Amino acid sequence: MTRVERGTARAAWLFLAPALTVIAVFFFLPVVASLALSFTDFDIYAIADSHNARFVGLANYRQLAAAPLFWTALKNTLYFAFAGAPLSVLVALGAALLVNAKLVRFKGIFRTAYFAPFVTTLVAVAVVWRYLYHPRYGLLNAALGAVGIGPVDWLGDPLWAMPAIILLAVWRNFGYNMLIFVAGLQRIPTQLYEAAELDGAGAWAQFRHITVPQLAPTFLFVGVITAIGYFQLFAEPYVMTGGGPLKSTLSMVLFMYEEGFRWWRLGSAAAIAFVLFCIILAFTLVQLRLQRETPR
Amino acid sequence: MTRRLQQLLLYGTLVLGAALTLVPLVWMVSASLMPTGQATTYPPRFFPRTLTFEHYAELFTRLSLGRYVLNSCIVALAATLLSLLFNSMAGYALAKLRFRGRDGLFRLLVAGLVIPAQVTMLPLFLLLRAMGLVNSYLGAIVPAMATIFGIFLIRQYALSIPDDLLDAARIDGAGEFRIYWSVVVPAMRPVLATLAIFTFLSTWNDFLWPLVVLSDDAKYTLPVALANLAGEHVQDTELMMAGSVLTVLPVLLLFVLLQRYYIEGIMAGSTKG
Repeated sequence: MTRVERGTARAAWLFLAPALTVIAVFFFLPVVASLALSFTDFDIYAIADSHNARFVGLANYRQLAAAPLFWTALKNTLYFAFAGAPLSVLVALGAALLVNAKLVRFKGIFRTAYFAPFVTTLVAVAVVWRYLYHPRYGLLNAALGAVGIGPVDWLGDPLWAMPAIILLAVWRNFGYNMLIFVAGLQRIPTQLYEAAELDGAGAWAQFRHITVPQLAPTFLFVGVITAIGYFQLFAEPYVMTGGGPLKSTLSMVLFMYEEGFRWWRLGSAAAIAFVLFCIILAFTLVQLRLQRETPR
Repeated sequence: MTRRLQQLLLYGTLVLGAALTLVPLVWMVSASLMPTGQATTYPPRFFPRTLTFEHYAELFTRLSLGRYVLNSCIVALAATLLSLLFNSMAGYALAKLRFRGRDGLFRLLVAGLVIPAQVTMLPLFLLLRAMGLVNSYLGAIVPAMATIFGIFLIRQYALSIPDDLLDAARIDGAGEFRIYWSVVVPAMRPVLATLAIFTFLSTWNDFLWPLVVLSDDAKYTLPVALANLAGEHVQDTELMMAGSVLTVLPVLLLFVLLQRYYIEGIMAGSTKG
């Protein structure tokens, strides 16, 4: 190794030092500590003095498996992700096709309008939507009433509270997915469409036989990252329903927050966090696997 | 179907879609300007009968919202500046400087991308508590100071900086930091803008972490303060809408002004990812 090379190597580590220190101490270390924490009975007494925490093996996980509330939170989270993510993908695809249509001018304005909800503060728009969902004074019921649909108590009815939260989530995030679809659409070679047109293929045939197969990898990418994001549901139920009514909107992260930071049962909360992590990890691995298999 | 009709139909759908998308935001602004009680009349009103700014005034006088605006600005700006510096140095080093262990380090960082932040929160809280950083601005900034995503974003861009440019500077006798500061940073301006807006928006909008780490009312960021107010002032629809406008408006304006960098960043990320 020459003197110059040694010099660059030293400079490289100096450049890396601040970021790596932050990430090691405030990210990787807590991840490992979180796993360790989930094997202890760390609680409010241990916060006062950490000697009060004992190793309890898998007891936290066993207790979770026996707790109906945990299964409710898991079920709600899966409901939210598996109903919300496909809905968001479909709305996003529709918006992307419209915004990207050849006949449309002022594409930028529409793109900005559809994307705007994504940059808004979730807490603030959750507050806004809580009033839009008001059974008597809310705009949604007023609009539905105009077409003869009776008032729905959106956030007060265990049947409708989760769909209401899904609607808000889709509204806020479809613009992001739309952009990724637009990027995907713009990568499809125009020759494919020109050739199809010469063969006399109509708009629908072109969509089915060119657009859909060409977008397949994008579909997968968008679907999985949306689902992963949706597994982390927290602010909407925290602000709008507090996890109710009848725990119908209690999510895994909200459950973790309440166990950890309201009741100070950090051991049990860490176990919830790890279960969530495993679910997300499984999804990521499936995505990576599928991405490798789909030719791009 | 004629081309003209097709076009009309397309525009019709687009405008309808845009209207539906923007209705919640427009109503938020509109209701924030209604006199108390007007947003809760039956049937509901969309536009105010008379305009008033009293709710904004009340937020700043009685509810000291100015304090939270300031807190949010401090937290988001500090996080943005630090993340620009730390991530750009690290991303540049990973892309352009040779050293042993570089590929292994990069793989380790990429693997860390699959870990959701929520997993770190409980021990991170205990750690910051031990360091005396709970309830401080620094505590709220810590997770955003350097991020794997940020390093990755910078690295992908820095790969395109020509080596000749750096070597020429080295031959001229410039030190490595000098090269970073006066050659690399100017060359990376677009991606730095992207990272800046990403970081600012995500720290401004973040809720769970500030909720956990800031327990003292005087240190709350806007989203935490707003969630708190929403609990106490459920009945004051117009007041809450004014609070929501103040929280959303800064980021919405920033986005509209800098959307080129933001949207290109997302689209580029998806192509490379």
